[in-house]
Amino acid sequence: MATSDVVPRESAGGMNKQRIVNDMSIQVATVNGSGSQSSNTVLLRSIFQMGVPVSGKNMFPSNIAGLPTWYTIRANKNGYIGRKKEIDFLVAMNPETATEDTMSLAPGASVLYDEPLALHKLRNDLIFYSVPYDKIVAPVCPEAKLRKLVKNMVYVGVVASLLTIDMAEVEKAIRKQFAKKAKAANLNLAAAQAGFDYAKANLEKRGVFYIERMDKTTGKIIIDGNSAAALGCMFAGCTVVTWYPITPSSSLVETMIEYMKEYRIGPDGKATFAIVQAEDELAAIGMVIGAGWAGARSMTATAGPGISLMSEFAGLAYYVEVPGVIWDIQRVGPSTGLPTRTSQGDILSTAVLSHGDTKNIMLIPCSVEECFSMATDAFNLAEQFQTLVFVMSDLDLGMNNWMADPFHYPTTPIKRGKVLGKEDLDRLGGFARYKDVDGDGVGYRTLPGTQHPAAAYFARGSGHNEKAQYSERADDFENNMERLNRKFETARSFVPRPEITKGKDAKIGIIGYGTSHWGITESRDQLRAEYGIETDYLRLRAYPFTREVHEFVEQHEHVYLVEQNRDAQMLSLLKLDLKPELMPRLRSIAHITGLPLDARSITDELTSMEGK
Amino acid sequence: MGTTVEPGAATPGPKTNRIGLTVIDYKGGKTTLCAGCGHNAISERIIEAMFEMGVEPEFVIKPSGIGCSSKTPAYFLTRSHSFNAVHGRMPSVATGALLANRKLICIGVSGDGDTASIGIGQFVHLMRRNLPIIYIIEDNGVYGLTKGQFSATADLGSKLKTGVVNDLPPIDTCALAIQLGATLVGRSFSGDKRQLSAMLKAAIAHKGTVMLDVVSPCVTFNDHEGSTKSYKYVKEHEETLQDVSFVPHFEEIDVEYDPGSTIQVTMHDGSRLHLRKLEEDYDPTNKIRALTRLTEAHEKGEVLTGVFYVNPEAPNFIDMLNVVDQPLATLPDSVTRPPKEVLDACMEELR
Repeated sequence: MATSDVVPRESAGGMNKQRIVNDMSIQVATVNGSGSQSSNTVLLRSIFQMGVPVSGKNMFPSNIAGLPTWYTIRANKNGYIGRKKEIDFLVAMNPETATEDTMSLAPGASVLYDEPLALHKLRNDLIFYSVPYDKIVAPVCPEAKLRKLVKNMVYVGVVASLLTIDMAEVEKAIRKQFAKKAKAANLNLAAAQAGFDYAKANLEKRGVFYIERMDKTTGKIIIDGNSAAALGCMFAGCTVVTWYPITPSSSLVETMIEYMKEYRIGPDGKATFAIVQAEDELAAIGMVIGAGWAGARSMTATAGPGISLMSEFAGLAYYVEVPGVIWDIQRVGPSTGLPTRTSQGDILSTAVLSHGDTKNIMLIPCSVEECFSMATDAFNLAEQFQTLVFVMSDLDLGMNNWMADPFHYPTTPIKRGKVLGKEDLDRLGGFARYKDVDGDGVGYRTLPGTQHPAAAYFARGSGHNEKAQYSERADDFENNMERLNRKFETARSFVPRPEITKGKDAKIGIIGYGTSHWGITESRDQLRAEYGIETDYLRLRAYPFTREVHEFVEQHEHVYLVEQNRDAQMLSLLKLDLKPELMPRLRSIAHITGLPLDARSITDELTSMEGK
Repeated sequence: MGTTVEPGAATPGPKTNRIGLTVIDYKGGKTTLCAGCGHNAISERIIEAMFEMGVEPEFVIKPSGIGCSSKTPAYFLTRSHSFNAVHGRMPSVATGALLANRKLICIGVSGDGDTASIGIGQFVHLMRRNLPIIYIIEDNGVYGLTKGQFSATADLGSKLKTGVVNDLPPIDTCALAIQLGATLVGRSFSGDKRQLSAMLKAAIAHKGTVMLDVVSPCVTFNDHEGSTKSYKYVKEHEETLQDVSFVPHFEEIDVEYDPGSTIQVTMHDGSRLHLRKLEEDYDPTNKIRALTRLTEAHEKGEVLTGVFYVNPEAPNFIDMLNVVDQPLATLPDSVTRPPKEVLDACMEELR
């Protein structure tokens, strides 16, 4: 569709007549269970295929069918793929929320609505497009019961027309979406085409937003963080997965099952893995620990409520020194909280999960690439340090679609840590399980089934000495706890180092982690462009903190720690680590609404604290 | 090496079993339980059974929960790996270990509190899976380490030393196990050396979930008048379903059994379990009959012992998972990390 024949309408008040190309957010408001996910994916992919950086965020209810769902697509030529607060183009398909959705828009935004909703009566400072979906869908979909689903593909065609998305790309995306169902693909394509044709014939484009071809997505992939993690775990050599379904982590294991069934079956037709759905999270982590103790690369995936349940077992693994990987796809707590919304709310409790003096290693991916690569890091660190490693993802990362460079095949070898085999025992004659032979706090272990009379040791959560014998002696207890601390200190220099990005002579530092990264990156550009504020940025990738974190705080007058929880959890953890004189430099930008953190909220809060 | 007994040499050395080990090789540390505790007798029977069956101790794992019973893996099979886990949750640890290494022989030790109270959740799910594990409940009806409170297997009307009477019905772990899918289920008494030994050896031969509830009196907190788990009470009220004997697959000796009076069960490894009927019409392959008989026992106040249910044919959990024959734990990287072409193919699909 040529764009030159479009004339912006004068009457919609306060509108910018400039063309805005490849910079917008589209929100589709639907009802969950209506099949809109396919339509939204097609829309996302169509824009992606035109070379425009894009991200999709699904805001869905904790419900099977019938409640409101919003899907937001952000296209941005600069590559900002975090959430944008403002909606530029609303596709209002849900009568329940249409009024509120429309009323919350900023002036000048566009609204595409189902004709009977008559939303144009609500405001006069928006651009309205009315579409009689039922009339359009009937001729292309003779089967009445399918119309509800196919109707959603009609809006894809209308949006394509209004935003100048190439229908050839829409077709390609539909073919991909329904790759295994040619009939469904044809039906959906007809619906999209009908929507496109209707719009072309009946709607006059009045908005300022355009999608135009560019080349910023060449070679890239689209994947969600949970699928990336699943792939990562498969290539990390994971052999045992035990899990209990919980939003937003379930898709990690479900995707892994698919991949493993395809790529981890031996020539004899047998699986080189075991995946077991446990009766609850207690059993899931118990199995991870049993498997890790017996030598498997074992893992589970869960969310906050599961982490809380795993607390006792986490202490057992810490104290008995058993490897295992726990993916925490964080959602909003406390309690059941908002199961389908995102947060970084498990940081503090996971760092010290369990009673007594327990400390846990955490890895914190910010991207799908890191979900993939950190899987190998997590398993290697777990076996190197004979402890649980928690990978702190979140719902935004785990369940939403992200654009990414194709993943690199892992170059890091699979490292199994200090394990003594029969030959070692023949040479050594025996071993003391918890003796710090190498001065790094990490003892040597044996696996059950090692055919040597001295291989066995007694793993126990009760007090023990170097030889793993039961002990209530004060010196045994103290020595063991000090060694465990030494081990944790050693881990500081092995966990992934932070990523540091410098501004120009910046006096202000920002520390962030996980998906807050995307808002922070965009906010730093806003701060520079709008306020002339230069910032340096350190993105944490692990706990315990490495020395770069301390240096970063020392180098800056103010350091803003940006995170998605109420109580500034990472800031609190950092305070436990920092020299007391550095603490006054720390300031908190802690936001939690359940929605991914947007750049504007960071910029506004930082500038206000800077007195701008 | 047909039998465990070497025929009478003039100066006999220590007896060795079919893999050349002596009973000393199956011993554990010195017990720290009370003198006369039923649990010590059970540990002795485990040592004998493992020795006599010629099990390689390095392939045995001994997970346990928390409590007096769960301490006992320290008192047998020092050459086997132990995992004294958290209270009531040994089943999951055992499950994980067997997923990691299917070659392991797992003998899990739990108590009545560890199983029927805090651990009932994991217990019932373990039973459902028919995981190849020997699960032993050392059942004394009370918590020893916290000084004598009732557990959930205490019988209705049983009295504590303090005079407190239990007014809640017991959980019958055997009935639960049978109903849920365990494939060798029985009850024994720590004082019945012969029966317990035969049942333990059958347990070692079985490839599926074995659930043995062994009544094991607590001499300190539950061996008094009014207790239904005392030595005296059990001896007076024990009703035995069968005379249980076991012939391992590697023993040549064959005895003629009258099929009318004895049920012979051929185990997975070819060993034979002989159950000479003491109750005419009892059939240990009939679940419904087993559950009915257990219910009757409660009504009559009997301590019913014997093999309640056996099914050596049912598929076990590890087989159902269709995992490779080698232990997953030690598969080489070349098997557990797919080649680059696989990643390339996955990436292509996502473009």
